[in-house]
Amino acid sequence: MQKEYAVQMKNISKHFGGVKALSDVSLYVEKGEIHALIGENGAGKSTLMKILAGAYQKDSGEIVIDGKEAKISSPKDVINLGVSVIYQEFMLAPDLTVAENIFIDKLAGSGKWINWKSLRKKAKEQLFNLGFDDIDPDAKVGSLSVAYQQIVEICKCLARESKVLVFDEPTAVLTFSETRKLLSIIQNLKANGVSIIYISHRLEELLEISDHITVLKDGKYVATVATSSINKEELVTMMVGREITQLFPERKAKIGKEILKVENLYAGELVKDVSFSVKSGEVLGFSGLVGSGRTEAMRAIFGADKKNSGKVIYFGEEVNFKDPKEAINKGLGFLPEDRKKQGLLLEQSIRMNTTIASMYKIKKFGIINHKKEKEYVKELLASIATKYGKMDDNVNSLSGGNQQKIALAKWLSADCKVLVFDEPTRGVDVGAKTEIYKIINKLAEEGVGIIVISSEMEEIIGMCDRAIVMRQGSIAGEVSRSELSENNLIKLAMGV
Amino acid sequence: MELGINKEVTKKSKKLNFKQFLIDNNTYIILVLLIIISSMLSDTFLSSMNLRNIMLQQAGPILVAIGMLFVILTGGIDLSVGSVMAVGATVSATLISELGVNYVSAILVAIVIGIIFGLFTGILVAYAGMQGFVASLATMTIARGVSFVITEGKPVKLAIGTLDTIVSKEAFYPIILIAIILIIVFALVQKYTSWGRIVIAIGSNTTAVQLAGIRTKRYIMSTYAVSAALAALAGVFIAARSSTGSATVGMGQELDAIAACVIGGASLAGGKGFVVKAVAGGLILGLIGNIMNLMAVPSYPQDIIKGFIIIAAVILGILTNKSEKNV
Repeated sequence: MQKEYAVQMKNISKHFGGVKALSDVSLYVEKGEIHALIGENGAGKSTLMKILAGAYQKDSGEIVIDGKEAKISSPKDVINLGVSVIYQEFMLAPDLTVAENIFIDKLAGSGKWINWKSLRKKAKEQLFNLGFDDIDPDAKVGSLSVAYQQIVEICKCLARESKVLVFDEPTAVLTFSETRKLLSIIQNLKANGVSIIYISHRLEELLEISDHITVLKDGKYVATVATSSINKEELVTMMVGREITQLFPERKAKIGKEILKVENLYAGELVKDVSFSVKSGEVLGFSGLVGSGRTEAMRAIFGADKKNSGKVIYFGEEVNFKDPKEAINKGLGFLPEDRKKQGLLLEQSIRMNTTIASMYKIKKFGIINHKKEKEYVKELLASIATKYGKMDDNVNSLSGGNQQKIALAKWLSADCKVLVFDEPTRGVDVGAKTEIYKIINKLAEEGVGIIVISSEMEEIIGMCDRAIVMRQGSIAGEVSRSELSENNLIKLAMGV
Repeated sequence: MELGINKEVTKKSKKLNFKQFLIDNNTYIILVLLIIISSMLSDTFLSSMNLRNIMLQQAGPILVAIGMLFVILTGGIDLSVGSVMAVGATVSATLISELGVNYVSAILVAIVIGIIFGLFTGILVAYAGMQGFVASLATMTIARGVSFVITEGKPVKLAIGTLDTIVSKEAFYPIILIAIILIIVFALVQKYTSWGRIVIAIGSNTTAVQLAGIRTKRYIMSTYAVSAALAALAGVFIAARSSTGSATVGMGQELDAIAACVIGGASLAGGKGFVVKAVAGGLILGLIGNIMNLMAVPSYPQDIIKGFIIIAAVILGILTNKSEKNV
């Protein structure tokens, strides 16, 4: 019997600048099935779904929806074809009511005027069908819990008569019982003939509810398997299991005394009881899923966010950095994960970006010595092989890798004794990656204590002397150099 | 591969050199064209008396535009400058004519009181987290009210030989000299001091600047203080020229100052703008008013024409930004 497909994405490729995000990836979703899509961070799942949703345009390949080739040039096209994506961050208007949100794109039905009575009635029906008649159609969406907001989002998609629903990490923000409820809703939807694409890091869930699983790795298609024919260990092997080549240069650093020690740190709502230490010349990895609290913990130590409690001991002395300036004055630097939003002044010059954290070197009594600055920046950028036109060009004229080097140069210039690198190679091509690793190695060889937060397990394994894995705001475990493997890291990160 | 791309870029940029020159200097080019056109339209335009009048008239508004520019660079806006000008005018006039204070001290006191208003707005913005628009709107009302209270609603007359000394003294014009010196000083401050650099950096990306270890709040606050100090001085200039301290001084001047910055290529989103270009922007506005006066255009049509010129300048800026991105 010929299989009927709801969505066929054939040989999709996509570049971002010089970076190949997807090459030749295919995804075939049968009608009325739950199809899971998995892969590590950066494997290309989100990119593939954004192409399906019309948020990105594919470079090549073909998308067939319900047997017809789909020309997708905007998100609206896809919605009209009956495909809806439910992102982690919901597309809801918090100040509008549940009913208004559900029918946001057809408030007036076919007429000109809104019939509030029928709108409320239809919303009530939608909620009832999902088993959530306890949600008040007149409640403001912003007043609902995250789980209920998700229900509203699902109702919105169903109100559009969507035949395909994409869930992007739907359970990441839900509690255990909410997760159970959502999974049963998804199974109900399937029973009603809706096809589901389900993205999640939680392997147990996938194995429980999906019919097929497609695995992606490094922007490439690995395999599509029937869920009944595979177990968790085999899945993990498919997701990882790649050889690490010469990407990671050798390091000859001498590991010395302990310079930063954190004890029982609590911060924000997420970070709970985090303790660890770093020695001079050591590269300590922080692994875990996105949202596991690594960045939040480091920001609290750096003084960018408030600590709730806990001790930070820095060179044998207890410190409590109230803002980043205090931390930097004492030689603690922090390279943020999002270079565009937090790291760089994109519309300002390369020169200004390089010296912004170390202006004391180029000024006297508040006056900047431009000549000295130019020589200094030239030398510094040459030492890390940065390619640029003129140093007064804006940073956004550079490629991603070179932008990241400017962000690094800022911290090199600040003469740090401990440096936290948050996702130092995100969105950077392979060549620049190796060069960034060389810079990290050089710093370690000079005795700087280094913390690398990375969601790429390959990077943690290739670069770190030791790795700490975080899960849901706490430390799930520590892995020594000899035991660093993707298997061990994934197991700790997912709590397998 | 990346080297290849770089080579291509340099080739392109050589072709675009002339175009780039026009784009970079569009404010100055408009100013020069305006001067040429004005001198053709009116014989008296280039007369020394008219030029002196322009300079005396524009000295104040240009200083206000410079102050406004620093606030705008941080991504803020200061609507209170017009009212703070009135504070400057009424405080100095009252001190001189009612309390017999000498004019130099009176000017300094007026500036200090202006700074207090600026710090007030700055604290509301930087530390209380109010938007610049809202905070300075409040200060605008307060400052205007204060100047009416000071003068009890009546203009304060100044005796000859007091504040008018700074307008002209034996064929010498202190106001013009002060303005020129301050323009130069602030142009240098923007380019050569860490303050100038941090102010523009904050408007570019406040988060990144904070994470680089800079306490951004005090810098944001200081720009409002600078803006108010210059506004108070501009108010003193007006009191000096009219020999009157009136609480109605500077009405609507905040909008001219913002327009001058925008014509000078500043972005209201922050992070982009130059002192000298804002000065040129202020002069453009002043010259347009001047030439229309010389040609006896009534004042209401003048406003209409001014409005269109602001739109033209901003559209030019938008086009400029687009072509930069295409390169």
